[in-house]
Amino acid sequence: MELKVKTYAEYMAQGEVPEILFWVGCAGSFDDRAKKVTKAVAKILQAAQVKFAVLGTEESCTGDPAKRAGNEFLFQMQAMQNIMVLNGYEVKKIVTACPHCFNTLKNEYPQLGGNYEVVHHSQLIESLLKEGRLTVSGGSFKGKKITFHDPCYLGRANDVYEAPREVLAKLDAELVEMKRCRTKGLCCGAGGAQMFKEAEPGNKEVNIERSEEALATSANIIAVGCPFCSTMMTDGVKHAEKEAEVSVLDIAEMIAHAADL
Amino acid sequence: MNSTGLLLSILPNVVFTLLLLAGIGLFAFNLRKIIRNIRLGRDLNRSDNPGERWKIMTLVALGQTKMMVRPIAGILHIFVYVGFVVINIEVLEIIIDGVFGTHRVFAPFLGSFYKVLIATFEVFAALVLIGVFAFYVRRNIIKIKRFVQKDLDGFPRFDANMILFVEVLLMSAFLTMNAADQVLSSRGADHYISYGNYPVSGLLTGLFSGWSDGALIVYERFMWWFHIIGILAFLNYLPYSKHFHILMAFPNVWYSNLNPKGQFKNMDAVTREVKLMLDPSAPVPEADGPVKFGARDVQDLSWKNLMDAYTCTECGRCSSECPANMTGKLLSPRSIMMKTRDRLEEVGKNIDANKGTFVDDGKSLLHNYISAEELWACTTCNACVQACPVNIDPLDIIVNLRQQLVMEESAPPASLATMFGNIENNGAPWQFSPADRLNWKDE
Ligand code: SF4
Ligand code: SF4
Repeated sequence: MELKVKTYAEYMAQGEVPEILFWVGCAGSFDDRAKKVTKAVAKILQAAQVKFAVLGTEESCTGDPAKRAGNEFLFQMQAMQNIMVLNGYEVKKIVTACPHCFNTLKNEYPQLGGNYEVVHHSQLIESLLKEGRLTVSGGSFKGKKITFHDPCYLGRANDVYEAPREVLAKLDAELVEMKRCRTKGLCCGAGGAQMFKEAEPGNKEVNIERSEEALATSANIIAVGCPFCSTMMTDGVKHAEKEAEVSVLDIAEMIAHAADL
Repeated sequence: MNSTGLLLSILPNVVFTLLLLAGIGLFAFNLRKIIRNIRLGRDLNRSDNPGERWKIMTLVALGQTKMMVRPIAGILHIFVYVGFVVINIEVLEIIIDGVFGTHRVFAPFLGSFYKVLIATFEVFAALVLIGVFAFYVRRNIIKIKRFVQKDLDGFPRFDANMILFVEVLLMSAFLTMNAADQVLSSRGADHYISYGNYPVSGLLTGLFSGWSDGALIVYERFMWWFHIIGILAFLNYLPYSKHFHILMAFPNVWYSNLNPKGQFKNMDAVTREVKLMLDPSAPVPEADGPVKFGARDVQDLSWKNLMDAYTCTECGRCSSECPANMTGKLLSPRSIMMKTRDRLEEVGKNIDANKGTFVDDGKSLLHNYISAEELWACTTCNACVQACPVNIDPLDIIVNLRQQLVMEESAPPASLATMFGNIENNGAPWQFSPADRLNWKDE
């Protein structure tokens, strides 16, 4: 499938208004692994004939890592600049594949003047499937064992637990839960700006603890919904030398694959 | 009866009334201090949406829904909690009897229902004993991890066992008092009328069958006094103990955060400055008073953070779910709460000693109590907030202290300083050119 991605500016130049803004995020723009997920999301939107736009070079970090690390100045600088761009285009609805962007845009931008309907890609895919705009069958996932790792900023932070599971349920696979899941889900270790620093001294890495728990389910696939979780879980699986048997995949990649996109 | 006789006969009632007033008075005095300490915190509006708040309080505090996430501890705790509440109805009777010199004053009014009531109290007293016994075993024999961790060393561990011990004493006093009462009434002693069968203490009457009437009366009276003095002492121990949660849980849950857990407060003072930076001519309201970014000491936290500290039960559910704590890092959200309370108590004593104003003691919550290493171990995952049975938010304190480290002390870890620099210069936490943002579409 040939990917056609247009920016908001391009839509406007043609006098058209897109249905939704796809907020790609920094990981989705620059991290090699996350870029694949970005493309999968774009393919899904295109296949479902969703008129979506990206901001391209006009997008900038939401400020999430700065805020969690205590740098409120930097966060608000980023937020205000982004809000100027978003409000300039009169953006109404945003989808993002990053739970950190999702949380920040949805919960922390309104008070600063940025009011949008914000959804995580799992929620959008779920509704596209429900509305019949997108159809998938199990394909290569049929009969596989999948376990879903709840991202903290999607689950506990925003009480979204079912959308990603509903999406995965469409793959005719066996969904197994880890011992700690949903409200009790264990962090991958990357949140709160940990992604950008060495861990403090301890006796174990958080991502290894979590990956061991995921591997204990004997799932073939660890499904994720966050670029940071993806990195952490992939490293954890490698650490256990299981990368040949177990893959870490974002739900968007799985749906795009199953729908032959 | 001559006047000396009358005086002697009402002496116990006078003594009782004085004790009662002293006990309640002392408690009220200490409670006022705690309320003053909580008010040292910064303003925060938590009175919106009362309907929702009453609902949460009913479910989480009264109904203990979050306790039941761990069913064994949850059920045992319900035994002790319901037992405690129910038996306090009995305490009301004890107080009236004590002040007016009556004996089981409710009995004539309630008739046969009184028997049901006493039977219920006894069953709950027994359930409390079972619960307390199991709690003791879990803490000291099975040694469940969250009860043997280092942050409970010293007074907190003593405090926990002390409370269990006192509850055993109080319940035993109550049950053996009833047993002695029964033996006396079965012998037709003065005042001691039979109130039917007592399901639990009835089993204990054998212990007293060989005692003389006199000895029984002394025992029954002694246990009666012990029970009520014990309760007054316990009441006054609460302000120093994690057991204070039996009172604080209710207001603390009522004032819960109703926003999504991922939503961190935006600092108004920063909004003002950022608006000015982006547009120097923008009309922005003046800040009222000097602006401090983040929290260095307890006075810089919100009053809700401080109320949280007084509510903490030291149960460690937060720390046992904390990814940092379970992987051996220094951070323990429970200890964040305990240290906040310790520092707040210290600040309170300082204020008492200095006629109502705080005199700088060269210490602060940040650094002297909570270290940067603890703060930087947090992943802001909200597991602690989710796990807390009384809706305490340790994460909010952690973030406030981080803000102080970064914005006032300019002391983030070097790698985070690099990340800040990248966001400032490239609009991304890594060193990539913003011009490359859309490269993925053609790769
Ligand atoms: S938010 Fe921080 S303190 Fe709380 S459980 Fe997560 S890592 Fe631990
Ligand atoms: S903060 Fe809550 S969960 Fe943690 S020890 Fe205190 S009461 Fe228990």
